[in-house]
Amino acid sequence: MKKSNIIMFITAILPLGLFLFPLWKITLEAPQYPTPLGIYIHINDFSDVNPHDIKNINLMNHYVGMKYIPDAIPEFKVFPAGIIITTILGLIIAFKGNYKWFLFWFILMIVLSSAGLYDFYIWEHDYGHNLDPKAIMKFTNPDGTQMGFQPPLFGSKDILNFRAHSYPQLGALFLGLGMAGSFIAYLVGKKNLNDVRGKIQKH
Amino acid sequence: MKNLLKLTIVTLSVLVAFTSCNNQSTNGKSGALTSSAAEKVYVAPGEHDEFYAFVSGGFSGQLAVYGLPSGRLFKVIPVFSQDAEKAYGYNEETKPLLNTSYGFIPWDDAHHPDISQTNGVLDGRYVFINGNNTPRIAKVDLTTFETTEIIEIPNSAGNHSSSYVTDNTEYVVAGTRFAVPVPQQDIAIKEYKGKFKGTLSFIKVDPEDGGMDIKFQLLMPGFDYDKAHPGRGKSDGWFFFTTYNTEEANTLLEVNASQNDKDFIAAINWKKIEAYVNNGGGAMMPTNYAHNVYDEYTHSATSTMKKEVLMVDPSEVPGAVYFLPTPKSPHGCDVDPTGEYIVGSGKLSANVTVHSFTKMLAAIENEKFAGEAYGIPILNFEDVLAGAVEQPGLGPLHTEFDGEGNAYTSFFISSEIVKWKLGTWEVLDRQPSFYSIGHLMIPGGNSQKPFGKYVLGMNKITKDRYLPTGPEVTQSAQLYDISGDKMELLLDFPTVGEPHYAAGIPADLIKPNSKKIFKLEDNNHPYVAKTEADTKVVREGNIVHIYMTTIRSHFAPDNIEGVRVGDKVYFHVTNLEQDYDVPHGVSIIGANTSELLIMPGQTETFVWEPKQVGVWPFYCTDFCSALHQEMQGYIRVSPTNANTPLKWSLGEDID
Repeated sequence: MKKSNIIMFITAILPLGLFLFPLWKITLEAPQYPTPLGIYIHINDFSDVNPHDIKNINLMNHYVGMKYIPDAIPEFKVFPAGIIITTILGLIIAFKGNYKWFLFWFILMIVLSSAGLYDFYIWEHDYGHNLDPKAIMKFTNPDGTQMGFQPPLFGSKDILNFRAHSYPQLGALFLGLGMAGSFIAYLVGKKNLNDVRGKIQKH
Repeated sequence: MKNLLKLTIVTLSVLVAFTSCNNQSTNGKSGALTSSAAEKVYVAPGEHDEFYAFVSGGFSGQLAVYGLPSGRLFKVIPVFSQDAEKAYGYNEETKPLLNTSYGFIPWDDAHHPDISQTNGVLDGRYVFINGNNTPRIAKVDLTTFETTEIIEIPNSAGNHSSSYVTDNTEYVVAGTRFAVPVPQQDIAIKEYKGKFKGTLSFIKVDPEDGGMDIKFQLLMPGFDYDKAHPGRGKSDGWFFFTTYNTEEANTLLEVNASQNDKDFIAAINWKKIEAYVNNGGGAMMPTNYAHNVYDEYTHSATSTMKKEVLMVDPSEVPGAVYFLPTPKSPHGCDVDPTGEYIVGSGKLSANVTVHSFTKMLAAIENEKFAGEAYGIPILNFEDVLAGAVEQPGLGPLHTEFDGEGNAYTSFFISSEIVKWKLGTWEVLDRQPSFYSIGHLMIPGGNSQKPFGKYVLGMNKITKDRYLPTGPEVTQSAQLYDISGDKMELLLDFPTVGEPHYAAGIPADLIKPNSKKIFKLEDNNHPYVAKTEADTKVVREGNIVHIYMTTIRSHFAPDNIEGVRVGDKVYFHVTNLEQDYDVPHGVSIIGANTSELLIMPGQTETFVWEPKQVGVWPFYCTDFCSALHQEMQGYIRVSPTNANTPLKWSLGEDID
């Protein structure tokens, strides 16, 4: 097996780490929470960072009319399927394909991940803006529009008395390494081919 | 130029300041550079104390939890007295804890807390404490800081030489102060001598769940058994009790019980008696006492009446009990960390007497007896004496140890703590107390491993020490630094009730085990509602059960109709919260009981008997959240013969 195909093989497996480790983490800090509230977003689940965090986030958020974080969303079915399909595809490419296919897989993953992030953003936006009209506390921005409570997609942000942090976790690292790996496989494969071509030309 | 001068001066003074700081830290605790007392007790906002101190409330019946060195009060744990704040003894769940063979008793006199031990070292699982007046031993669980068990002690009166634990918490021991007829009977008081007895109770502690059970009672002569401590290390397996009134007087004891030159320390070989009992020794005696157990999962206590107790006559167990003559009505009975020295503080004596365990065993071996009392051998004073601290002060009471070979004895009359050396018996230091110290406590100071950094003195009289509060003024505790050669008074703080003994322990041994919430999923209360969907109102004749929940910031249900005058309404309220430090409270206008204060995941019940027709509000009594003021509801009470249907709602009207 060629070096580039070995890299591609490893690369295709890496995103499976998403089934072992969380993809993202949102943390809410406030003086009353010396241990911050936190939620892990997995490829197929939401989970507490500390016991009962999601319940307690829901309790906090209902004051401003935010919906409860759902037990399940359709993405929890779509995303795992997507990862499994792309992994199988990646493995087939690793065994059968050449460097051009590696680049195809890389681009495919970029497109799918971006779509996933965009979907996450849409959900977050809806979670932070689609508020119960009977909300206990209603806040408006200085310009008179309704204040939203969307957590940041990436980074840190103040939301009322909380400071929210949103950062990728180990699962995302596996996905990122997988994607980067496929691009490296592409480069290595291409270089090898050029070397071989060069050798042929010399002869 | 002027600026340059200023700059130089500032720089110099900063340098000087830093230099002197260095001196402070390297020179340690000598001279004028010693850090101030204020610094030593200052625990900055948000920081934690180094030790927990569990200080008995005496006539308050409770156990107060302080931090040391700051002296800050964290919690008053209700034990023997009702506490309206926490609904202890008022709600249906905890009322059984205060049940006795005399019925429900809302108060007791709490004396000597002692922390459970493993291998003679504090293990931080439980605190035991005795109720003096209606003899009882309570156990406080140190994961919840709540009283979880109370056992009544039959055939006892004035449960004072209690509640001390053996090296591995095999037993917690309870001795009677007052001799009484055993069993009780209608006889002339003057028949005291010979007819009255003193029992010493050995309560087995289950190593797994801490459950208490009286293994046996030892039927001793009719003396007053004052204080006690178990043997440690080499003397593990023995228990020592001071006695007074060996004169067996029954009137004007202040004179008549002070006649004998020497009373006794009773040395009990409990392992020998345990073996005797395990081999079928002793006789079951009919009696009646309450055993009350609180279950953390049903959040409820049950009270069981027990009908017999195993009584052991010491004369039938040869070699198990001896008397050590000890001068002048000894009070404190303290055993040093090695287990060799047994300190008896003759409160009317000028000296502190110390017996040697080794010499005691030798005297027993040689069968050198001075006589006997009621069949119990009396050893010779000189044969068991290790030494005496000569004229250290007036009115010695109690002694604790620092683990460095030093002992600290409190003196009530001369109002001071005296530090002296074990073995040489020389007085090393003395510090006044303000005023009239009773007990004193070094964390772990009665175990094999004291944490000898501080001693806490507990004073009976404060007079001018604080802002006056009318004729009744507070009692106090005083903290001394004992890490150096000389004791240093650091802090003086008021206490809850009368601080008798206290038990201290490094915070790290308890802090990680302290629970934050009760898990709702583990709640097995018979009237729990684990979700709002489970809430309901059920009528059984004129009894109404309301299965209610609380969560920020509402009750479910919060509108109830169909209750009638003459009903007995049980509010069973479950706090659905699962977040740390989010209790909810509840009470209703005209309730003849206390509020409830319900921790997350807990269910509590109060009874309300509506007497008037009308619509009556109830509300949350703990400021739970931003919408706390909105956390309220109404109950409609109809006349006795009305047929208003029983209905309830949340968020919509009852139709």
